[in-house]
Amino acid sequence: MSYKERADGRKFEDCRPMEAKVGVIKRADGSAYFKFGNTWAYAAVYGPRTLFPRFMQNPTKGILRCHYNMMPFSSVGERVRPGGSRRSKEISMVTAKSLLPVLDLSAYPNSVVDVFIELPSTEAGSRCAGINAAALALADAGLKVKDIVAAVSVGRVDDQLVVDLDYTEESYPEGHVADIPIAMVPSTGKITLLQMDGIIPKDDLVKVVELGKKACMEISKLQKDALRAKYAGSEKK
Amino acid sequence: MSESQRAHIIGLLDAGTRLDGRKLTEYRKDITIERGFTKTAEGSARVKIGETEVLVGVKLEIGRPYPDSPDQGSIMINVELLPLSSPIFETGPPGIQAIELSRVIDRGIRESHTVDFKKLCIEEGESCWVVVIDICALNDAGNLFDAASLGAYAAMQDVFFPKVENGKPVYKEKTKDRIPLEHTPVLVNVCKIGPHLIVDPLPEEEEVVDSRLAVVSMEDGELCALQKGGDDPISLEDLDKMLDLGIEKAKVLRKFLEK
Repeated sequence: MSYKERADGRKFEDCRPMEAKVGVIKRADGSAYFKFGNTWAYAAVYGPRTLFPRFMQNPTKGILRCHYNMMPFSSVGERVRPGGSRRSKEISMVTAKSLLPVLDLSAYPNSVVDVFIELPSTEAGSRCAGINAAALALADAGLKVKDIVAAVSVGRVDDQLVVDLDYTEESYPEGHVADIPIAMVPSTGKITLLQMDGIIPKDDLVKVVELGKKACMEISKLQKDALRAKYAGSEKK
Repeated sequence: MSESQRAHIIGLLDAGTRLDGRKLTEYRKDITIERGFTKTAEGSARVKIGETEVLVGVKLEIGRPYPDSPDQGSIMINVELLPLSSPIFETGPPGIQAIELSRVIDRGIRESHTVDFKKLCIEEGESCWVVVIDICALNDAGNLFDAASLGAYAAMQDVFFPKVENGKPVYKEKTKDRIPLEHTPVLVNVCKIGPHLIVDPLPEEEEVVDSRLAVVSMEDGELCALQKGGDDPISLEDLDKMLDLGIEKAKVLRKFLEK
């Protein structure tokens, strides 16, 4: 038994239909949404603002805090109880780590930049959608960023390497599934997020990360187009 | 909010206008309701009033009826004032603002008897539907009260019950059954600033509100829930005017709930 065809007819190296938009939450200092199919993430940036309690302040530079949260009705199954979980805390932490390498907060000592990621609808790949939206929101907030981080999940379903796993693949009933969310700095190709659960031979892992890099380049283009859609023309004035 | 900002807002109201040029009892022009924005909920609605935006989703759970009402299901309303929607909202458990908002909306729906809880009963004393309505603020540009309340009702209108197998909901298979809704309660939050009454406040106006009255009324103009807020007391004269305004404006908003 091997995995021959994807349920939605996509090619194995293709992402689900994607959409990105910048400036979607007016009260925030920066905002964006990013969609992979039915997985949608909103991100809003607030700050830099003074960090309290004061013992958490860093006198040499600002700090970045990310908060990943699923809306209670965002899952097809049971209601997600509000208030956060061990899972959402971990995702918040790895999200911050994935974005920090391109972010320069040295001009903001004792301050914090808060990134709030909210998911109204999820169907696998939510942390990657969250990172893509957050990277855009940081740029939209006018913060000093060296690049826009792009993220996608890759993996192996049975013996087939795939990009952007959907829910049916993540929970594939037969054979082995490996689910590997990655994030990358497009200009350098360096990896800022790498997690995996499942089983995969090392050679396949290297191959599939290479496929993920190609997908990240495509996502990066979409992100830049989204930024241009808001800002293009404004520099001419 | 400084005294000068308050004086500025009152000066505008004295002249019959607002920060964004509206009349005192005028809603923002662009009110939209989009039902069924997500497939993950059994019913959903996205409500925009100007730049204010809320997302509402209904999840249906199967629970046990309460011992004092063994033949009835129940509803639960939860408001999440997400820190993504405003610089003043914080992470953590719901604060008093979110709790008040959810309780007032809950009362409006419950007391209007728009949902016959007996129709949510599956097996007397054993199992019933629990309708959980989660309201998430996405952008707080003022008047979350009206937006959240509209959203809660619109999302209930959008619900299809899931199939039940072995006493459990099969969320991926929806039936054609809907929640029977008998009435259309509509909440209008009437605000008093100085001597003036306004509706649909902006955040800057909400900061200087002296008193407010959330008026929930039905299609025949009868009242089904009220909540006075703000620090200042209101006179009987104020009350009379606030109720009239609340009932009148509910007619405007109700049109958005007629599908």
